[in-house]
Amino acid sequence: MSLLNINRLNVSIGDVPVLRSLTMELDAGEILGLAGESGSGKTMTALAIAGLLPARAKMSGDILLDDLRLSAASEREFCNIRGRDIGVVFQEPMTALNPVMTIGHQVAETVRIHRNVSRREARQLARETLEKVGLPVARFPLDRYPHNLSGGQRQRVAIAIAIALKPKLLIADEPTTALDVTTQAEILDLFRQLVRDDGIGLMLVTHDLAVIAQTADRVVIMKEGEIVDQGGVLQVFQATQQAYVKTLLKNAVHVPLRHAARETGTVPVLETRHVVREYPGVRKLFGRRAPLRAVDDVSLKIFANENVGLVGESGCGKSTLLRTILGLDQAQAGEVLVFGRAFPADDREDMRQLRQRIQVVFQDPFGTFDPRWRVEQLIAENFHLYDSPPTGAQARRRIDEILDQVGMKSTDAKQYPHEFSGGQRQRIAIARALITEPAIIALDEAVSALDVSIRAQILDLLAGLSDRLGVSYLFVTHDLSVVRSITDRVLVMKRGRIVEQGRTEDVFSNPQHPYTIGLLAAVPDLDFARKFA
Amino acid sequence: MTLGEIANTRKAEPTASPRRNALSWGFRIGLFLVVVVVAAALISFVWTPYDVEAIDISSKLLPPSLQHLFGTDHFGRDVFSMIMTGARNSLAVALVAVGIGAGIGVPLGLLAAARKGLVSESIMRTNDLIFAFPSLLMAVMITAAFGAGAINAIVAIGIFNIPVFARVTRGAALSLWAREYILAARVAGKSALPISLQHILPNLGGLLIVQAAIQFALGVVAEAGLSYVGLGVQPPMPSWGRMLSEAQTMIGFAPWLAIFPGLAIMLLVFGFGLIGDGLNDHLDPRIRRLR
Repeated sequence: MSLLNINRLNVSIGDVPVLRSLTMELDAGEILGLAGESGSGKTMTALAIAGLLPARAKMSGDILLDDLRLSAASEREFCNIRGRDIGVVFQEPMTALNPVMTIGHQVAETVRIHRNVSRREARQLARETLEKVGLPVARFPLDRYPHNLSGGQRQRVAIAIAIALKPKLLIADEPTTALDVTTQAEILDLFRQLVRDDGIGLMLVTHDLAVIAQTADRVVIMKEGEIVDQGGVLQVFQATQQAYVKTLLKNAVHVPLRHAARETGTVPVLETRHVVREYPGVRKLFGRRAPLRAVDDVSLKIFANENVGLVGESGCGKSTLLRTILGLDQAQAGEVLVFGRAFPADDREDMRQLRQRIQVVFQDPFGTFDPRWRVEQLIAENFHLYDSPPTGAQARRRIDEILDQVGMKSTDAKQYPHEFSGGQRQRIAIARALITEPAIIALDEAVSALDVSIRAQILDLLAGLSDRLGVSYLFVTHDLSVVRSITDRVLVMKRGRIVEQGRTEDVFSNPQHPYTIGLLAAVPDLDFARKFA
Repeated sequence: MTLGEIANTRKAEPTASPRRNALSWGFRIGLFLVVVVVAAALISFVWTPYDVEAIDISSKLLPPSLQHLFGTDHFGRDVFSMIMTGARNSLAVALVAVGIGAGIGVPLGLLAAARKGLVSESIMRTNDLIFAFPSLLMAVMITAAFGAGAINAIVAIGIFNIPVFARVTRGAALSLWAREYILAARVAGKSALPISLQHILPNLGGLLIVQAAIQFALGVVAEAGLSYVGLGVQPPMPSWGRMLSEAQTMIGFAPWLAIFPGLAIMLLVFGFGLIGDGLNDHLDPRIRRLR
């Protein structure tokens, strides 16, 4: 018998069924990938196993962990089971850790809740566990606080808490989604090692099929609360019979059809010359630390009709550079030019004209909409940049046109942003950027948060718009697969500097800078399983 | 959805038509109390059971009865009629005082949030200065210096509402300024004034309404306090606070003289308090979903 057996599990919240007749199993020493798009029920499955379903949820069916019947356990019993038999790791390590408790204390706390041991023994166990997850005491003393650590190190602490008591089952819900690719590769390595050494059964919940291809032994693919396919990773990813899984795999590596840039004109649409942006150093008792140079002497040019990618890990300065380009931050040295004219311009009138030419789409479209505004108001906000803004029927027609361009209906104009799905919201955000007929749109992680099928649609939309309207894009992202699929040129940024740039194909196939090489090597590969089969 | 996101959905779905949700009982009771007082005040303009200025010594200090629901005072005036007329004062003073406070305080708060540095600092430090004085004492001083009367009472109470609104507005506006949709508006080339008026102010609406309800309640108390020490509206116009102070010496043998104005003040403050609380729950999506 397997370690974890789920048999015909049904869960509904209120009257809405969220999981239907789930049957799956997981062996000790095995990694099971649980994949699906948002709303597929993968997180609900994890919650059901850990006894963390919302209070209104109703459950039927069996969940067995060895001979422990989890489906019949009370909350009281679960308090003993969680931490001891089941460990859970969440996506966001910063919010999962208590910011005012030292890391040693947080690991030891879990130990002392479940085992009647002295404070000293608990600390000893905490030290060993932290060592095991790659935080040796010599470099990471137990009295460190979470804010002293990087994102990856925090996730290691969260894993240490989850495995301190050597649970049989470890549930990890999107454990690497918030991390950089190189950090993600390290954490996935750590998972593999823990599973191998301690014989833990790991349930890895993620939307990223490549992560599963590279890490898991078996995979369960879910859609709308049901399992559509399951089996060995190689078998599912290579020889699935399910149409849905095939589309999913195809969308994950989707390359939108587009024409490569035809270089038009010699004046770049956007240019930065030796831009420097510094933040003042942290104040100390006497004086300050040296200022932090977030953007260090960056020069780039983007021509009409060109798609350029700007990649780098978090903290490399790409967001600061983008803010400077958009005129939200002032550069301390160097200049930003739009069509060869200084941006932001001193003259109000110039500024209005230049603003029309450069627009932006942010990562989280919902956050960038005023929740009290209708779609038509949101899109029409940019009209104020015109000398004579269109009004009445004319404005309506413009809004209808633009909604049509991005594949929305004109009736959507009267709705509020919360009435749309994530992909639709991103379309509205693109419509808002397009309304001024810009020459360049900066996309700040604009497709990172979307499901693969939606992402494929949005990439197609962007490619089509650039072909039809000749607009250039600047993709600011950590997602290398997006950059590869849609850009002509790519710039790699590290510690505020551009360390490598060139044609996308050249950089990807023959990276020169060691940082780029490391970055590319860390990207999880959907074909991984196939290559090593 | 990840576990974290599920935990966050309570916050993530903001103002999904708040009006569709039933209002709490507290709010309804509060609304009822306030409506009763407002109705009494309005009716008193055209009709009261007795003339509040007519002195009738022969029927002085009568206990509550069918003729005089709340009894009569030492001049034989009908307490019920006086409370009806007195409601006008309480409401008018509180209303105008809140109006002054919000009308000046909210723009100042918006300005302080939009302009960092000297402007913000000077506004907020002036605020602190006003906050540093006990408001009721200052109101007493102002009315003592400029003369007792309804107008001065209103101004005195209103001035102390300004920093309250300025501070609440600035705090909330600052957090809104950090939102991405403000960033989007800035990329759209909007300057601070249109952003403040079009994006910040509408999103502060709920908060300000709640604060106004609370300040209303405090305004009623402040007015009663000023009248109690004789600095509010002047006789023969009745006022709840002065009725209380006049009842003080007679409380042993005519307790109704203190009980009814006291109850009137208490219920009106209670009513505004319940309205404020109910609106707060109602307009805050996080609390609404928990109910």
